[in-house]
Amino acid sequence: MILDVAAVFGLAGAGAVGLGLFGMLANPRPLQKVLAFNLMGSGAFLMFGAVARRAAAPGLGPDPVPHAMVITGLVVSFAATALIVGLLLRLHAVSGSTSLKPQPGPRRAARSTPASKTSERGDAA
Amino acid sequence: MTAWFDVGLALMALGLAWRAIATRRAFDSTVAFVIYGLVLTIAWVRLGAYDVALTEAAVGSGLTGALLLGAAHRLERAPADEDRPSAPLRALLAVACAGVALGLGAVVLALPQVEPLQAVAAASAAEATGLLNPVNNVLMAFRAIDTVLEKMVLFAALVGVWSLAPDAAWGRRPGRRFPPAAEGPLTLFARVLPPVGVLIAAHLLWVGADAPGGAFQGATILAAMILLVRLAGLADAPPVSSRALRLLIVLGPAAFLGVGMAGVVLAGAPFAYPAAHAKAIILVVEFAMLVSVAATLALLVVGPPERAQAAP
Repeated sequence: MILDVAAVFGLAGAGAVGLGLFGMLANPRPLQKVLAFNLMGSGAFLMFGAVARRAAAPGLGPDPVPHAMVITGLVVSFAATALIVGLLLRLHAVSGSTSLKPQPGPRRAARSTPASKTSERGDAA
Repeated sequence: MTAWFDVGLALMALGLAWRAIATRRAFDSTVAFVIYGLVLTIAWVRLGAYDVALTEAAVGSGLTGALLLGAAHRLERAPADEDRPSAPLRALLAVACAGVALGLGAVVLALPQVEPLQAVAAASAAEATGLLNPVNNVLMAFRAIDTVLEKMVLFAALVGVWSLAPDAAWGRRPGRRFPPAAEGPLTLFARVLPPVGVLIAAHLLWVGADAPGGAFQGATILAAMILLVRLAGLADAPPVSSRALRLLIVLGPAAFLGVGMAGVVLAGAPFAYPAAHAKAIILVVEFAMLVSVAATLALLVVGPPERAQAAP
């Protein structure tokens, strides 16, 4: 079996998807879950790149359609990451924690009491 | 020889990916992720995807890295939630995820060598637009609707991020105020680099018609320059209630959508361009997108307004 460029990086993409999936499931910290999810996405993009390489025409280079879709995908995944990071920072500002567990601790208290306003101001100042 | 180079590159990427998920500190994870992105950039070059390589370096590694580093710094003191899955459960997860990776790997190896239909079609339709870069042809003409929708996603994400602002801070300048740094390397770079960055962004947009490059890649460089100037405290972002800022953000998507809809009248189909002026129209749309996307990307990294009191 000959490993060409497409196969090597396609396999690397498959590995990155597996690693990203594991990181997302096994790491309890939300920020690292987001990072692992990005890793998973980039693995999927790399596999798509391998597909584009397989469909290369002699003298024309690889298939441009997957390339355009990967570029679009990279920008969209950045936008999604920015939104989720914003949510995470807001959760931290309101509750003082980034835990995703439903807990009867500071998060509920912050939401139901007027103390939340002051804690926001305190954080923003 | 080259095969070994590729194998080494792939192993390096996987090693960095492992480090990014296995490290405890979010800061170290992010650093590994950024280096992983740069290694991946070389992988994209090896795959012949030069436009993707530029985007990966700029957006996938650069801007995402900046965003995550900023968040990691702010969450550093957050109480760590050490509620990791138990060791047997983690072993089970590892086996399951390895199964997923192996399955995908088997699919990669089983991929057939297909007839190059789309590459040939894209190349033979290139005269329709006057652009020689096949990827840009796909982005701006053949599948322009995807690109418009992606602009809408960026816009929606920015609306989402801004809507996370506390009530007291709404309408004010976004993000934190960085105090002007003392004279030093950062201030020097923030003064010397932006003119060069603007030139490179314009160059990438211009050559993107015929060679690797384009509006996204140029926009990301502009966004990096905006962030650099802000980080050095030389300038602050305008308030989110500023009408000029909002117009700037809407300009690109509106121009693209308007030109696309005008295609119904002028060329007989949405997102079709009259053949005689296709290249000029595409370049104008790309320029409008360049400024809008640069502003949107930078504002996404900066985050929502959070300063309750007006900055002195």
